[in-house]
Amino acid sequence: MSAIDASSTLRHTAFVLRGNPVTAVAACGALVLALVAILAPWLAPYDPIASDVPQALQPPSALHWAGTDQLGRDVFSRLIVATRLDLTIAVTAVAVSFAIGSVIGALCGYGGGKLDKAVGRFVDVLMAFPLFVLAMAMVAALGNRVENIVIATAIINLPFYIRFARAEVNIRRNLGWVEAARACGESHVAVVLRFLLPNVLPAMAVQMSLNLGWAILNAAGLSFIGLGVKPPTPEWGIMVAEGARFISTGRWWLVAFPGFALMSAVLCFNLLGDGLRDILDPRMRT
Amino acid sequence: MTAPLLEVEDLKVTFSTRRGLVEAVRGVTLSLQPGEMLGLVGESGSGKSVTGFAITHLLDKAGRIAGGRIRFRGQDITGAGSADLRQLHGAAMAMIFQNPRAALNPIRAIGEQIADAILAHRRISRPEARDEALKLLRAVQIRDPEQRVKAYPHELSGGMCQRVMIAIAISCNPQLLIADEPTTGLDVTTQKVVMDLLADIAAARGMAAILITHDLGLAARYCRRVVVMEQGSLVEEAEPLTLFHRPQHPYTKRLVAASPTATSRVEDLVPDGERVPLVQVSALSLPPHGTPLLLDVKQIAKRFDDGTTGVADFSMTMRHGESIGLVGESGSGKSTISRMICRLIDPSAGEILFDGRAIGQIPARDFHRSEFRKDIQIVFQDPNESLNPRYTAFDCIAHPLLRLLGLRSGDRLRRQVEDCADRVGLPRELLSRFPHQLSGGQKARVGIARAIACKPRLLVLDEPTAALDVSVQAVVLQLLNRLRREDNLGFLFVSHDLNVVRMMCDRTIVLRAGQIVEQGESRALFANPQTDYTRELVDAVPHIQRAELALA
Repeated sequence: MSAIDASSTLRHTAFVLRGNPVTAVAACGALVLALVAILAPWLAPYDPIASDVPQALQPPSALHWAGTDQLGRDVFSRLIVATRLDLTIAVTAVAVSFAIGSVIGALCGYGGGKLDKAVGRFVDVLMAFPLFVLAMAMVAALGNRVENIVIATAIINLPFYIRFARAEVNIRRNLGWVEAARACGESHVAVVLRFLLPNVLPAMAVQMSLNLGWAILNAAGLSFIGLGVKPPTPEWGIMVAEGARFISTGRWWLVAFPGFALMSAVLCFNLLGDGLRDILDPRMRT
Repeated sequence: MTAPLLEVEDLKVTFSTRRGLVEAVRGVTLSLQPGEMLGLVGESGSGKSVTGFAITHLLDKAGRIAGGRIRFRGQDITGAGSADLRQLHGAAMAMIFQNPRAALNPIRAIGEQIADAILAHRRISRPEARDEALKLLRAVQIRDPEQRVKAYPHELSGGMCQRVMIAIAISCNPQLLIADEPTTGLDVTTQKVVMDLLADIAAARGMAAILITHDLGLAARYCRRVVVMEQGSLVEEAEPLTLFHRPQHPYTKRLVAASPTATSRVEDLVPDGERVPLVQVSALSLPPHGTPLLLDVKQIAKRFDDGTTGVADFSMTMRHGESIGLVGESGSGKSTISRMICRLIDPSAGEILFDGRAIGQIPARDFHRSEFRKDIQIVFQDPNESLNPRYTAFDCIAHPLLRLLGLRSGDRLRRQVEDCADRVGLPRELLSRFPHQLSGGQKARVGIARAIACKPRLLVLDEPTAALDVSVQAVVLQLLNRLRREDNLGFLFVSHDLNVVRMMCDRTIVLRAGQIVEQGESRALFANPQTDYTRELVDAVPHIQRAELALA
């Protein structure tokens, strides 16, 4: 049974990607990013934190593809190693807020009542803050370590998942198949977690993909203003921040390459969103 | 004979879809005299609505008139441009849609919407148009038109909204009205009022009309001539009387046979040649004296959180293997009662005894753990919505077996699921499909298979055929009837279709606003209703026999 499912899923995925080349490109991009993140230590040609001052501020060359920074570190190697950190932060944060937010939201959307009202007001309060400032405040209060950046990013993403899951579950909760599941012996909680949530997943996947890009920017933004990962750890935000000082003297490569990495990662995940929905929705299969 | 108002010649309409061009209408020819009402009857996918849309040039982008001519008042409008169409729409031909609430703009008062339609075609001032709108509201017999003119669509009932749609459609005195399933989704009594109104207005103003419907009885009642369509082609055209008594085409025969009438029995629902003899069941052995009733409902009530009363003081009993009908219009509480009995929601008061044991005390949230869960199962109204989109047909049927009988996946489960599929006549190769890959009738079968998988003793059927075509309904009703006889199932059959209830149920309970109006043995109840309300319900059902009387 599962073997048939897997092959039909693959065929369906291939069909969607063929009809939608932009998604295919985005999917390839995301795959490359993931591979780079996993294989970073083996891919990087130089040690990303070993400084080599005589070689400082070299423009891109055959030896140093993306040039070197003010301490003579290879920018290309730093970019590659930074991929791992940035993606880890973004993926973990999005996964955490999805896991928590969608379950809370789905329960609220299904049950309604006091819980729904209380959670709704909490979300309103959370969203009344400028979210980036909220993240800054949390990292400043908790201390700027990687896990705190993840927590802050997860929390500011939470309201979107709660609201989204709530709305999607709410419109489905009175459908026949939901009641049918209850008649088949499922409890309310099982109906929410095993029936409604998987059905709203395709719609949530779009949100997750968009959010992933946003979380990368958020993490980089925190580092940029000095509240994120501490130097000398390679991270795209820090690299942009450090490189910004040299822009006026024409050392463009210090900012351009990490900036480009950031942009392409965000773009990839944004473009991936739409295609993902088509792939995950069983109704799109014929 | 005067010149026809509308002539359609060999009309062909194609749609471009993911799988290439699809021919929705394949050469339809029909003509309509001024002031005539023509019935266009067919099942879903027959192309009847597409024909209507093609005549009014309201096909969506994917659809295209691929051939044929449409002549209106002698003028060829097949390739009419948008300027000509603006002149035609509203002023010369108007359309009434299936779902009036969706066809009206929700954020604009109905008086303004009628005035908009008038102003689109006539050079008068807005106050004059408003006066005109008021007159139209009177013409469609809306009570207190002075107040209602300022009402918004959500403040009106479905029947009222459809009257407003009729007012808009007739606002510029068109010569042709096209009504696409104008009363589908309305209660029978409302349906009768709306259709009477539509017929009266068309007759009084000399408008020709095309009534597009899936309901043969409705077409027979209001039209002098009925055209039957199947798969994009016109199969038969005749007067209603001829159509019902001497149908020529095999499809019409099937359709006529499948349309339940006041006297038909479940086994009559297929044409003579295709009848399968019913399973002969040895006379149901009466349970020994003293066996408790299968179901004994004592004065249950449901009050909702907002203080409204859904059901008040409802009692009923059911013996083993008995079939009881629950009829009533929307809002009568019949769905609420069926869900309370099915223990999906809790009653606010009263007692439910199942096989002598009080099951009303078990809260609905815990009932899934009860030993009785597998004994009380339910078949839902809309087969499109009653199957989990992420489950294959196999998973759907296996679900109760896994949860309620504790089966594990494996050969035994597969065998049981296949047995269920066989019993409901679902081909085994369809078991691996997802719901959206199945037809309405196939989905209905999966829903029934799921409900009978655990061999329940009481089956609640919540309008099980309301969303199905008559020919599919006929097959599903026969299937349900057979299953009941084979398993000695108790049926609680919830429906608004009196003819179906009469065929399927031993006894019937008539509900109104959450209270029992009347109950009794089905045939006697419908033949000789004791209360005005039941009589009104019975009279509102479009019967073919009545059509005969009207024409005689």
